[in-house]
Amino acid sequence: MSDISAKQSELAEAAPDIPARQSLFARLRKNRLSLFGGFLVLISVFMALSAPYLPLQDPNAVDTSVRLSAIGTPGHLLGTDELGRDIMSRLFWGARITLTVSLAATLIAMITGTILGLVSGYFLGWTDTVISRGVDVLMAFPYFLLALTVIAILGPGLLNGMLAIALVNVPFFARIIRGSTLSLRESDFVLAAKGMGAGHTRILFRHILLNSLSTLVVATTINLGFMITAAAALSFLGLGVQPPTSDWGTMLASGRQYLSAAPHTSYLPGLAIFLTVLGFNLLGDGLRDALDPRMRDS
Amino acid sequence: MRGYLLKRLAQTIPVLFGISVLVFSMLHLAPGDPADLLLGSESTPESVAQLRQEMGLDRPLPVQYAAWAGRIVQGDFGRSTVLNREVLPEILKRFKNTLVLTSGALVFAIVFGIGIGILAAVYHQTLFDSVAMLIALAGLSMPTFFTGIVAILIFAMGLQILPSAGMYPARGGDFFDLLRHLLLPAITLGAVSAAILARMTRSAMLEVIQQDYVRTARAKGVGEHRIVWVHALRNASITIVTVLGMQIGYLLGGSVITEAVFSWPGLGQMMVRAIQARDYPMVQGGVLLIAVSFVFINLAVDLIYAWLDPRIRYS
Repeated sequence: MSDISAKQSELAEAAPDIPARQSLFARLRKNRLSLFGGFLVLISVFMALSAPYLPLQDPNAVDTSVRLSAIGTPGHLLGTDELGRDIMSRLFWGARITLTVSLAATLIAMITGTILGLVSGYFLGWTDTVISRGVDVLMAFPYFLLALTVIAILGPGLLNGMLAIALVNVPFFARIIRGSTLSLRESDFVLAAKGMGAGHTRILFRHILLNSLSTLVVATTINLGFMITAAAALSFLGLGVQPPTSDWGTMLASGRQYLSAAPHTSYLPGLAIFLTVLGFNLLGDGLRDALDPRMRDS
Repeated sequence: MRGYLLKRLAQTIPVLFGISVLVFSMLHLAPGDPADLLLGSESTPESVAQLRQEMGLDRPLPVQYAAWAGRIVQGDFGRSTVLNREVLPEILKRFKNTLVLTSGALVFAIVFGIGIGILAAVYHQTLFDSVAMLIALAGLSMPTFFTGIVAILIFAMGLQILPSAGMYPARGGDFFDLLRHLLLPAITLGAVSAAILARMTRSAMLEVIQQDYVRTARAKGVGEHRIVWVHALRNASITIVTVLGMQIGYLLGGSVITEAVFSWPGLGQMMVRAIQARDYPMVQGGVLLIAVSFVFINLAVDLIYAWLDPRIRYS
């Protein structure tokens, strides 16, 4: 699991507000690694979206006569788990839960963090002090410990797990957007908008937020990989998604008990998590480099 | 330096206060009556009423907080509702094991992360650099629990050269047994930190190597060995120490997962069990201990940072 603060310092290297968006994809296309990352992300998104429409077996259909079947067993291309459930089908359906939870948590963290960052960086004064100190306290916790604290309060479960990892990431977005707002609030176009009588809401959302979008896109892409790992980790510990619903994390946890007899029940969901996170990290790296003016000339 | 130390110490006070408020609030934010939660499954209406009175739950929240904080400062973390034992000795015993694991992981991350980062910068744009950075990126994307399972599959079950669980053999053991048991969990936990350190060390070194004073040193005929170890590494060490400080927090939090994979008897594993059993005093004690340790580790890192770079303490 990557560390938020390290990502933040890496992100700080990326220039926040770069025009010339028309050449972004052209620059991204030149970076083969990020293209590969995008390809990996597309595969997992395809798995999540196509699960209901493909002729897959019922992911929860138990058949103990074929339990722990090996990869390549007729009728079960990727084998079966300890209850004889088809692993391929569970991987496809698990992708839906894993990606939905991570995406929803990222959106919650992004929206909350962005609003806090905008308000804090724009109004400054006591508003900034209160928000920044709150963010400091949240960041004083090792991030996974904070997620565990939220779970301890709310109780284990899919929704609570999602809220926990969302809360852990609010400071990440709040800090980035606050920094961006601080630099934009004194820019000419914001002063001009103020002079023309634009209200605070309009300035914050039409001018400052729109000009921080590139930073937000990169931050979100990099953050998604972290969210997937965090969500899977909570499920792995039995604190996130609860049976019979299953995501890649719970699949890996239940397969762990059969490591010697059927290692594929563990390493297949593990590989799915690894490749998806790698995809988001490569794509995030590529986006950051494409938006960095120092990299543009090279 | 003393002024900076005092300023930095003063800054930790509001953060410690915030942490304590959050930990205190856990019982009150959780659904249900705090006295009920503390007594667990063996609660009776009489015992709940008695505990409510003892805890002063009818008093205002700030008064309750002050009483709770007073008990914590005196080392009274309450009793575990599941184990029916004092919380503090239990968490300290487990925390010691967690520290052994995180120290092992930190040593691995420092040796491999910084070492590979330096070599990748020195051999910039060579095959070694590309392969090292690709492995680092893969390490960064590999979830700890998956790394652990792959390590068990290869070294414990396949090659059968290292144990897969626990801290010592069942019959007990010495320091070398501990080292053998520590190896896989420490590498698993330290892998992501090593990857981050390698990437950051490489970019920090590359940035320094391009500075004018390094070019001047080269022009004056200073040897490449001295340029890397004295000029570049010393100046890049500020970035490296910062990232290292962040990684200690990651290792403390991330140890929860590694402990679960390798059945390491640490604080993280105990906390997961406590959360599942809703043993609030234990969870509160564990969260408080790790968070406060993290604050002081950050303080120590900041002081090292200021010692390395005088511009920080005079700013």
